[in-house]
Amino acid sequence: MHDFLVIASLILGLNLLLSLVAMLRKTNTSDRVLGVQLLGTNGVGLLLLMSLLQDQSGLIDAALVLALLAAVVVIAFTRREQEQVND
Amino acid sequence: MTPIILLDTLLAIILLVLAVVALHSENLRQSIFVFIVFGLVTALVWARLGAPDVALAEAAIGSGIAGALLLAALRDRQPGCEHIEPRPSWQVLTVTYLVIGVGLTASWAFLDAQASRSGPAIGEMVQAELAHSGVSNPVTAVLLNFRAYDTLLELAVLFAALIGVMALGPERSAPQAAGPLVSHFVAWLTPLLILAAGYLLWVGAHAPGGAFQAGALLAAGGIIVRLSGKSGIFPKGAWLRVLAASGYGVFLFVGLAVMAGDNAFLQYPSDWAGSLILLIEIFATLSIAASLLLVYLGGYPNAWMEDKESQHA
Amino acid sequence: MIDLLSIFLIAGGLFFYCAGTVGLLRLPDTLSRLHAVTKADNLGLGLLALGIALQIGDPLSAVKVLLIWLLVLAASAAGGQLIAQHVVEQKEETK
Repeated sequence: MHDFLVIASLILGLNLLLSLVAMLRKTNTSDRVLGVQLLGTNGVGLLLLMSLLQDQSGLIDAALVLALLAAVVVIAFTRREQEQVND
Repeated sequence: MTPIILLDTLLAIILLVLAVVALHSENLRQSIFVFIVFGLVTALVWARLGAPDVALAEAAIGSGIAGALLLAALRDRQPGCEHIEPRPSWQVLTVTYLVIGVGLTASWAFLDAQASRSGPAIGEMVQAELAHSGVSNPVTAVLLNFRAYDTLLELAVLFAALIGVMALGPERSAPQAAGPLVSHFVAWLTPLLILAAGYLLWVGAHAPGGAFQAGALLAAGGIIVRLSGKSGIFPKGAWLRVLAASGYGVFLFVGLAVMAGDNAFLQYPSDWAGSLILLIEIFATLSIAASLLLVYLGGYPNAWMEDKESQHA
Repeated sequence: MIDLLSIFLIAGGLFFYCAGTVGLLRLPDTLSRLHAVTKADNLGLGLLALGIALQIGDPLSAVKVLLIWLLVLAASAAGGQLIAQHVVEQKEETK
């Protein structure tokens, strides 16, 4: 089980890298916001896996905070965009 | 070599790439986005290093709040100013990074040699005294009891920075009232943020958490409320100022008050330590939230000047 | 037995995560990329969280993991709508 979790974390880590590469290629703001969202969810998944691997339940709280703040950042991004459109 | 080191190496490489891109990107908006992701990956690195408290703080402050602040600052620039001067030539960059890399490696090697001949480890000393500290989370014990003076000064620094921002001028223009989508999103997200803040504040005594993380979550709640255009619900009048000063103020007061019982400054009596720490943390949370929110506003709220004018009139 | 179930669930979650990233890389349009990303958010994290929750000894922590999934579900739904709205507004402007 432990080995499987390690492999799972590695796969998510590679996924993180891939999502990052995908994001850095795009120039559209909306695509970047999508990237933030996907990377945030990736991070949440990785943190949950790490909490199992390292037996630290505090990392579950860290995953919660990350999920909350990903939502805040999405609002901040899109709202700022709407602001500039309305100016 | 355990296989998990592959993940660590991957995270480290991602971190370095993100740092270079964030610093040298020609588009500021992309730099901000990359910086937010940098904060996120740093939080993952802290998690891998076994530091959940720092991971919490990094995700909340380093990634979320800093990202929101940078985005707000970007918006203040003239439109079209997102492109900045061309980066230095790649030769200069390579030499610079090589020098930094060699320097860091040398320092690490030197410090490592120093560390291997020092005395008892700090971790053991903290664990030995944990029972007297009033909390069972060693990070909180260090932050708010053993090294309380450092945290007191951190709150003072935050307060000083706040005064600096307030001196810059009036706040940024408030966003207009948002449509139903954003309003309803914010309507259920803000109570969750407040709840999570309260949870982190309470759980900080015995599990990863604490005042800084809770304060950052509260501030995030305030930021999205402001972004939805409903700033009317913020505390009116002098309340935000009082709250912003209360963190440092209450901490200082407690530190001085314990001297009445023949203790040194900030030396809590053992049986009161838990309650005093909770008291300080409550006000620190509110203070950090108010300070971060005021910093996000970008200047003193216009309502303060109107109050003053109506007083003089 | 539970370990086997967890492995299946986590593997399924990882599949959807990777699908989301591949979608982000390969799909032509922002709106279709949005579709792919929200799949990763919902199913990817959902299966992963379920698999992890089964492994956690403490029931309260397991419930917390599932609640995190619910939060990401709601946030990605609302966020996805916000992004889509923004994309449509931008398209109308450039017309």
